[in-house]
Amino acid sequence: MIRDITIGQYYPSGSIIHRLDPRIKLIGTIVYIVSMFLFDTFWGYLVTGLFLFGIIKASKVPLKYIVKGLKSVIILLLFTVSFNLFLTPGEHELVRIGFIKITAEGLRFAVYMGLRLVLLILGSSLMTFTTTPNELTDGIERLLGFLKVIHVPVHEVAMMMSIALRFIPILLEETDKIMKAQQARGADFETGNLIRRAKAMVPILVPLFISAFRRAGDLAMAMEARCYRGGKGRTKMKPLKYKGKDMMAFCVLAVYILAILGVDRYFPMI
Amino acid sequence: MALLLDKVSYIYGGGTAYEKQALKNITLDIPDGQFIGLIGHTGSGKSTLIQHLNGLMKPTSGTVYFNGADMNAEGFQKKELRSKVGLVFQYPEHQLFETTVLKDVQFGPKNLNLPQLEVELRAYDALKMVGISEDLYDASPFELSGGQKRRVAIAGVLAMKPDVLILDEPTAGLDPMGRDEILDQIEKIHKERKITVILVSHSMEDVAKYVDRIIVMNKGGIAFDGAPKKVFTHYKELEQIGLAAPSVTYVMHDLNQMRIPVATDATTVEEAKQEILDWWRNVRERIIR
Amino acid sequence: MRMIDAKKLVFEYIRRDEEGNVEAINRALDEVTLDVMEGDFVAILGHNGSGKSTMAKHINAILMPSEGTLYVNGYDTKDEEKIWDIRQSAGMVFQNPDNQIIATVVEEDVGFGPENLGVPTEEIWKRVEESLKAVGMYEYRSHSPNKLSGGQKQRVAIAGIMAMRPKCIILDEPTAMLDPNGRKEVIRTIRELNKKEKVTVLLITHYMDEVIHADKVLVMDSGKVVMQGTPREIFSQVDKLKKYRLDVPQVTELAYELKKQGMPLPDGILTRDEFVEAMMEVRNGAFTR
Repeated sequence: MIRDITIGQYYPSGSIIHRLDPRIKLIGTIVYIVSMFLFDTFWGYLVTGLFLFGIIKASKVPLKYIVKGLKSVIILLLFTVSFNLFLTPGEHELVRIGFIKITAEGLRFAVYMGLRLVLLILGSSLMTFTTTPNELTDGIERLLGFLKVIHVPVHEVAMMMSIALRFIPILLEETDKIMKAQQARGADFETGNLIRRAKAMVPILVPLFISAFRRAGDLAMAMEARCYRGGKGRTKMKPLKYKGKDMMAFCVLAVYILAILGVDRYFPMI
Repeated sequence: MALLLDKVSYIYGGGTAYEKQALKNITLDIPDGQFIGLIGHTGSGKSTLIQHLNGLMKPTSGTVYFNGADMNAEGFQKKELRSKVGLVFQYPEHQLFETTVLKDVQFGPKNLNLPQLEVELRAYDALKMVGISEDLYDASPFELSGGQKRRVAIAGVLAMKPDVLILDEPTAGLDPMGRDEILDQIEKIHKERKITVILVSHSMEDVAKYVDRIIVMNKGGIAFDGAPKKVFTHYKELEQIGLAAPSVTYVMHDLNQMRIPVATDATTVEEAKQEILDWWRNVRERIIR
Repeated sequence: MRMIDAKKLVFEYIRRDEEGNVEAINRALDEVTLDVMEGDFVAILGHNGSGKSTMAKHINAILMPSEGTLYVNGYDTKDEEKIWDIRQSAGMVFQNPDNQIIATVVEEDVGFGPENLGVPTEEIWKRVEESLKAVGMYEYRSHSPNKLSGGQKQRVAIAGIMAMRPKCIILDEPTAMLDPNGRKEVIRTIRELNKKEKVTVLLITHYMDEVIHADKVLVMDSGKVVMQGTPREIFSQVDKLKKYRLDVPQVTELAYELKKQGMPLPDGILTRDEFVEAMMEVRNGAFTR
């Protein structure tokens, strides 16, 4: 169950998307996220959806695998959708049960909101599927490098992020193990009211934190033993250089943005 | 009969690219009171198997019976099952969470909704069984040494008074003395409380001395099952699947080949020593005559 | 040349109570003197808590001695300016393979050390390739470490150290968390590096069968070096080893026990072949007398 969480996982397939410069992938993801708020029509969703679908195909990451990542946010998704569905005021009432009513506006809004969220999550998880944490670190570090001038520890923050990503699967597995071990001691996580269930988490969280701290200590020592001393004087095994395909990716991105803006401007609202 | 597996199979990640059959059609009978060594290397399916024995995992097909009842049937009391079939995971000290040793050991019995007095009695009893001295009862479990932590964790499962105790590599990461201490303690518990013990290990040498039955797992199936002496006669096949019989077994076979006639079924140093000494005395007697 | 030169090394840590008063002073190292020459394979044995890991951490300048001196590759570990030179010349591999792999791709992890040292890009690639080939993990260069077995992970960690081109590798219980196959893999790799790449090896372990190929073995107990010599010299003293909470390989123990019963066997037998050979001598001797 807990192993199903796929967000933040790298999926090696060696596709062209994988080989792109992480900076273009980061910029692309940000542009993509921003673009989601630039339109409000069916056509906009169609263009965005097709664009994402095209990228997923090109990345050779199985669609099933990416969609699986949605499982872990399904509650958030349902919550948002139903929130919009039931609470949007509007004139065209469709259903009314007691004080709950669903309006045409609400339905439209809920569907679009759900779509937007799904596309957003799929898009950003695609970035982590196709970019190793180390590349990601490098990308962020280079993109935000200008902040160093005002003494922001860009390298350190980027390093922390990449390590966090590396340890997500390990800690998830550990959580699974601890849960099972406590279940073997008769612990019950499934029944009881909210307070009881929250209390039932203590036997999981305490060991998990202790283990995380122990790992952090070990890792810090291992990094020091390998002469890590911050970003100063470090060289790169895989230095970032824009290549032909990155330029092409920039062009694709530009076309996408133009398409979104065009669709929003010239096609009628549905 | 306590535990019975009937044609149990388990498939991980069914329907995905990562599909893997972890258990293949396993039929196994575990009667009361045995001391069993479950051996196999990483990925042989032994961890999956033991999680089927207390209902933490459900077979993809096949049935697991506990005292004659299908443990995955509707309405079967899983909590009670887990108290009857105690499972100690690998590195069990990683599950300790309470502020004192005593409280941590009480966690299991408390979950069984027993009266407080019974909970305390069981905790004391369990801690005594694993040889934790009383002055440590109120200490934080995190202040103990590695070996002590492990014993407290084992006590946490013993306090549920299981009929079957399963331990997944209880000696991993311990030094030789720590290893012997834990195994001796487990043997003592087995003898005194007459409970079934299943010891999961990847070392034949460690378990040969203690168990009366060895089950060897390989690639999700059972490769060998029988008394240690019988299983170790397959020492060549064992080697092929990445395991090995105790080194004395090899030595005895080597000696035999070099025309030193000793019985080859010795599994411990003590047995091998007796065997060789008998031969030696024999030789000397013949020479004197 | 002397690789590691420790003279009367003392390490004390002070335990304080809640008010900050000194509660106890523990001596984790007690006047340890150690000499390791370039190209040596030296093993340190000891039970958990004997001080062997503390010793390892001193060599890597993670800990500083309270008293005594320690030179690594000619650098004084107390000299803070030389700390990176020390860590580069004496690389360290730790026990838990998961907690020392930093990157999510094997080759990137191996490149981490050289990156920190400021090695030029092309040179990093060359070193990564060489190191991965040296430990036999080159085919796995673009894999995720999470999908590797314990032994493979540990070999990647060793490659990560090798890529820093150290003169010496310190391995702190590198096999404690591995299964028998993983242990064999790692030990074979370490021996090969020592022989082929002429890397000085300091192996810290409590598995006796891992040290029989070492040039020199030290036994530590309560912070002191209590025994030192060749593996044969060390293993001939079975009772003494047991006193220090260690055991010996089964073959060695068997030979020792037989000798105690009066059989004319040589001291410190380490391998099966040696034992069988000695037994044949015994037989032939008996018949020719």
